[in-house]
Amino acid sequence: MSIQSLESPVRLAFQSSEKVRIRSKGAWISFLPFAATLLALTLHRLLPNGQTTLPMTGRYPLFLEWLLGSTFMLAIGDLLFWPVRRWLRPKAPLLTLGIVTLCVWDLVTLKLGWMPLPYFPGPDMVLRGLVDQRRSLLLNASQSLLLLSTGYAAGTIAGLFSGMSIGWSSKARYWGMPVLKVIGPIPATALIPLAMAIFSSSFFSGAALIALAVWFPVTMLTASGISNVRQSYLDVARTLGAGRLYLIFRVALPAAMPSIFIGLFMGLGAAFLTLIAAETVGVSAGLGYYVRWRQAYCEYDKVYAALIVMAVFFSAVMTLLFKVRDRILVWQKGVIKW
Amino acid sequence: MTEPASIDASSLSIHNVNKWFTAPDGSLVAAVEGVSLSIAAGEMVCLVGPSGCGKSTLLRMIAGLDAPSSGELHVGGEEIAGPSEQRGLMFQDPNLFPWLTVRRNVQAGLVARGVLHQKRHEVEAFLRLVGLETFADVYPHQLSGGMAQRVALARALVNHPRVLLLDEPLGALDAFTRMRMQDEVLRLWEARGTTMLLVTHDIDEAIYMSDRIVIMTPRPGRIERILDIDLPRPRERNSPGFLALRSQILEMLHFAGRVA
Repeated sequence: MSIQSLESPVRLAFQSSEKVRIRSKGAWISFLPFAATLLALTLHRLLPNGQTTLPMTGRYPLFLEWLLGSTFMLAIGDLLFWPVRRWLRPKAPLLTLGIVTLCVWDLVTLKLGWMPLPYFPGPDMVLRGLVDQRRSLLLNASQSLLLLSTGYAAGTIAGLFSGMSIGWSSKARYWGMPVLKVIGPIPATALIPLAMAIFSSSFFSGAALIALAVWFPVTMLTASGISNVRQSYLDVARTLGAGRLYLIFRVALPAAMPSIFIGLFMGLGAAFLTLIAAETVGVSAGLGYYVRWRQAYCEYDKVYAALIVMAVFFSAVMTLLFKVRDRILVWQKGVIKW
Repeated sequence: MTEPASIDASSLSIHNVNKWFTAPDGSLVAAVEGVSLSIAAGEMVCLVGPSGCGKSTLLRMIAGLDAPSSGELHVGGEEIAGPSEQRGLMFQDPNLFPWLTVRRNVQAGLVARGVLHQKRHEVEAFLRLVGLETFADVYPHQLSGGMAQRVALARALVNHPRVLLLDEPLGALDAFTRMRMQDEVLRLWEARGTTMLLVTHDIDEAIYMSDRIVIMTPRPGRIERILDIDLPRPRERNSPGFLALRSQILEMLHFAGRVA
């Protein structure tokens, strides 16, 4: 009790002094995004256009004006509210860099015309592509998501099953390992002709290819995780009266989880690659298909718009997998750094 | 005393047990040779000896994790054929399952046997017994070495084993935690009447805890001598009797070391 009464005023004093320090020092940092936006907007308005082949839509300056308002509100919020400050301060330099990048992009394309059209459109055209094509982009993204999740789920389930078999049973290892060693390293994309010959539907051939691409790393790392489980965990469990099922599913599987997640992440990377390759070659839907189609018409603004959607889409899926991992491997916190 | 002991369900009898391992060059190496030992129900016996004298191998055979190359091991008159929840095992490393909280580690034995439903209330009692009820929902990596070893003890006891095998369970702890844990194990032993077989390097620990000390010699592991410890309990670590035994055993081990 005496420790508590000693501790709390000290902690309070420390907290408030930290607050004061952050307020008094570096308040200008929170105005950086606003300043950068102002610069970008001014340059966009004042400089004459170098690329003049296409009509302007005014969407980019509109976006910048909205951004100007938002960053200003954020900077004011930073001064007044502690939670806003705590959120904004660490992110402000990164946000500023992002806005400066937009500005530089605008300069070298639209304003100075250093980059040739139609291959390098400016932010205004790409923004127009994003807005005008939002329905089509969303539709294609959802088709990509369906294909990706079908293939990824199938590959993961198959990989977990074969990986656990190979990792646990020496018989499965004897027969399974050679198959894994021969088939696994073949890039799934090299099997596109085979998949198209086997499956009549392009969706299923795409899903099968993605599943194959995911299956290999998931199997490999599940098997290695299972076969490297500390013998003493299994010994302890056996002296506690554990049967086979308990040993496999309650000891070996959770002990192998960190390794399995490495396989899942590698598999996800392989799945993205295979997804886009399959959509570019055979499947007539999805973001990869959209990019190929727009490129054929030389509509590079839409190509870039699709690439932006792809980046957001993929990193969202990746983030989701990170969240799942953090939840399942919560027991590892502080043991292993990723 | 062998005859009446073998009838009791928690007595141990080891008869002429040998264990050979195959060395990398294909030759056979004896880890345990000609070991015979009877342990009465509720007895506390310590195995003492230099490293490589087959103490752990012997313990693993009693646990049923390894089979003897020849000879017989019986628990309560029944031959040991494999691991059983009747023989709990504790290692120097607590070997807690890092993916389970303290409570789930303790109840692992109940889950493994599929009796968690009926015996859930006992888990709390075991957590209290080792003084960790406030840490029930913490993961093992957040525990100190002594706390982790206490969880391991509770986990080993949750199935009410008749025999508890302890393979240097306190070896990695600091001196003070170690002495506290010795008292804790003794308290449990006195309260529950579990037969305990403790492997240790620490002679003080052996004298402080056991009814009998089995001294083993290395390569091949053989029983050198069995000492009865008649000191009254609770024992004083610096009583004359204690100190006399201590120097006697030290001398013996030194002698044993030179012979090997």
